[in-house]
Amino acid sequence: MLKKSLAFLFMFILMIALAACGGNEETTDNTGTTDDQTEDTSDNGASEEENAESSGDGGTVEIFSWWTGAGEEDGLLALIDLFEEQHPDITVENAAVAGGAGTNAKAVLATRMQGNDPPSTFQVHGGAELNESWVAADKMEPLNDFYEENDLMDKFPEELIDMVSKDGNIYSVPVNVHRGNVIFYNMEVFEEHGIEVPTTLDEFVDVLAQLDEAGVTPLAMGDKEAWTATQIFENLLLATLGPDDYRALWEGEVGFDDDRVRQAAEYFETILGYVNEDHASRNWQDASQLVGEGEAAMTNMGDWAKGYFSNDLELETNVDFGYFPFPGTTEDFMVITDTFGLPKGVENPDTVKEFLSVLGSVEGQDAFNPLKGSIPARVDADPSNYDEYGTDTMEDFQNNNLAPSLAHGSAASEGYLTKANQEVNIFVTQQNVDQFIEKLQQIAGDL
Amino acid sequence: MKITRDQLMALLFLTPSFLLIIIFVYGFIGWTGWVSLSNWNSLVPDMSFAGLKNYIYLFGDYRFQADLRNTVFFTILFIGFVIILGLGLAILLDQTKKANSLFRNIFLFPMALSFVVTGVVWQWLLNPSTGFNQFLQVFGIQPKWYTDTNILAGFQWGSIEFGLPVAMIAVVIAAVWQMTGFSLAMYVAGLTGIPDELREAARIDGASELQIYRKVILPMLTPITMSVVIIMAHISLKIFDLIYAMTGSGANFVTDVPGVYMFETTFRGNYYANGAAIAIIMLLLVAIFIVPYLINSRRGAS
Repeated sequence: MLKKSLAFLFMFILMIALAACGGNEETTDNTGTTDDQTEDTSDNGASEEENAESSGDGGTVEIFSWWTGAGEEDGLLALIDLFEEQHPDITVENAAVAGGAGTNAKAVLATRMQGNDPPSTFQVHGGAELNESWVAADKMEPLNDFYEENDLMDKFPEELIDMVSKDGNIYSVPVNVHRGNVIFYNMEVFEEHGIEVPTTLDEFVDVLAQLDEAGVTPLAMGDKEAWTATQIFENLLLATLGPDDYRALWEGEVGFDDDRVRQAAEYFETILGYVNEDHASRNWQDASQLVGEGEAAMTNMGDWAKGYFSNDLELETNVDFGYFPFPGTTEDFMVITDTFGLPKGVENPDTVKEFLSVLGSVEGQDAFNPLKGSIPARVDADPSNYDEYGTDTMEDFQNNNLAPSLAHGSAASEGYLTKANQEVNIFVTQQNVDQFIEKLQQIAGDL
Repeated sequence: MKITRDQLMALLFLTPSFLLIIIFVYGFIGWTGWVSLSNWNSLVPDMSFAGLKNYIYLFGDYRFQADLRNTVFFTILFIGFVIILGLGLAILLDQTKKANSLFRNIFLFPMALSFVVTGVVWQWLLNPSTGFNQFLQVFGIQPKWYTDTNILAGFQWGSIEFGLPVAMIAVVIAAVWQMTGFSLAMYVAGLTGIPDELREAARIDGASELQIYRKVILPMLTPITMSVVIIMAHISLKIFDLIYAMTGSGANFVTDVPGVYMFETTFRGNYYANGAAIAIIMLLLVAIFIVPYLINSRRGAS
């Protein structure tokens, strides 16, 4: 009897131990909140096998990314198809890693780069994510000659090339651009309450108050992951500082004790008074849904939310939902750009350059972007391939001041961003401006 | 000394797993410990010695202090409820004896789920604008569950408010729901192991049913309780998946735990040394529970 029950016990302890081991490892991707898109559907096991077989004359190009969501994967595959058409002798391996807003992919990439086994080319946001990490670690080849050979120097806006350059050398080729300072709004709600699109921060605050009085949630926010709130704050910084000083802030030339930073924090505090109460339980999709359903009037999100509004919620652009630049930043464009570079130590750099030249070509960008729902980084792409929102944004992209996004790793290092997200998360609850500014100054050392 | 054939065979079978454990468990614990004392806080490995810098930083950090607070309250509530509910249900089953195994399986079943699944399900059940609150509306109560940022009985300690974070209660509910079946099964096994003669003897001595449980059965279940506490403690101190799936760090870090912090600071922020320091602190926390237990059980065995 006793023996039997002891065996029973032992079985359970064993079971628990197994369950604990298994459970801990496979949990990195599940909250369904990625920067760009959800639904991770790729199989990255298949690419491994191809690796062994293909060692023909043309060689292999391994493309490393975290594009596994619905639209983005289609875009990547279209780009690969185009490349294979033009270069039938080169094999392409799609080494996409799913999950965690690119976190998983970045962890895999870090391991491979540190182990001197770099992929042929990899996805990286232009700006600090490229320059302060891989370029600073001396892991990237400069692409200046490549830009000249392919006559690319005047095909991208100068400010965009600056974002992928360090000390006069260019290190990657931008493929797409998303805009971060967009407010999406429910047109019916705006009409019903007779609200005009605000263009300055003070008008914005008035609109928020007006909507609040009318009993609508003025602004939908979903900060289950803190970057959505950080995104609002960075847009406020851009509005109060202006594009030049905004850039200077991240370069350490303007301090966080500047009055305009405080002003941004104060606006942030005011705006937080008008967000939905359950913001901490939502992600950006849930917040956008509130706007789609008319429960909330507006939401600030990067323009990947446009794809969510049209494809997932099946709403019509400029009929059901509209969009306008974040108030106070109407002349500015918060850039989030995906770029691909050439790591040091790749066996066949010339083959990789072939891929980069397709990626940087008009055909390449027009194959990728309409499916991904972003706009091309090139200024001479064909607008007829894009929808109304796309053509509008392409025009703004060419005419506005470009600013690097903090929330998406372009303005400052990933380390700084992690800490900034923490401080923003605390501020959203405590709303203590003095403490927030003080903390921002403290972490500025990690910039 | 002559080695017998049996001993040789044993050695042969043990060596591979022994070596693998030495390298892949203890070796890497040692490596993590070393990293935690280094300056490796960027993508470029920098193994220069930093002393306790990373640890000092962590203990002064708002988020880490909040994590420790959350872990303490989560552990206490989680273990407490799992034991009370598990024991209560086991005694009820023991009383009826009817459909014993059926009920045991029903209660044990949630354990078959991954914590991730539990997390997602309870995230919706306890979402303040959907789930239970739709039902509670009838009574006019609208708890904010895991979005509540209040700290019960809070007072300033370090840079945080120390007290019970209300949001943590929602997480405890989900965790208890999943793990109660386990402690139930343990206690059922323990109760079946107690010979009926003892109860009979107590009854003959005139003890009431309540007295039998208090004076005879509960003391005999102490080793079971010990095991449940140890197992639950190591789950709750290392918890990551449930929190990550259900609430994330939470507003103002009310539901953050060291595991989540470690994951984010290491793989999102590239603060490898800080992450390693958190891992070592978690290991030490679990060791506080496990080591005395191991020493105790070794003594018992010899």
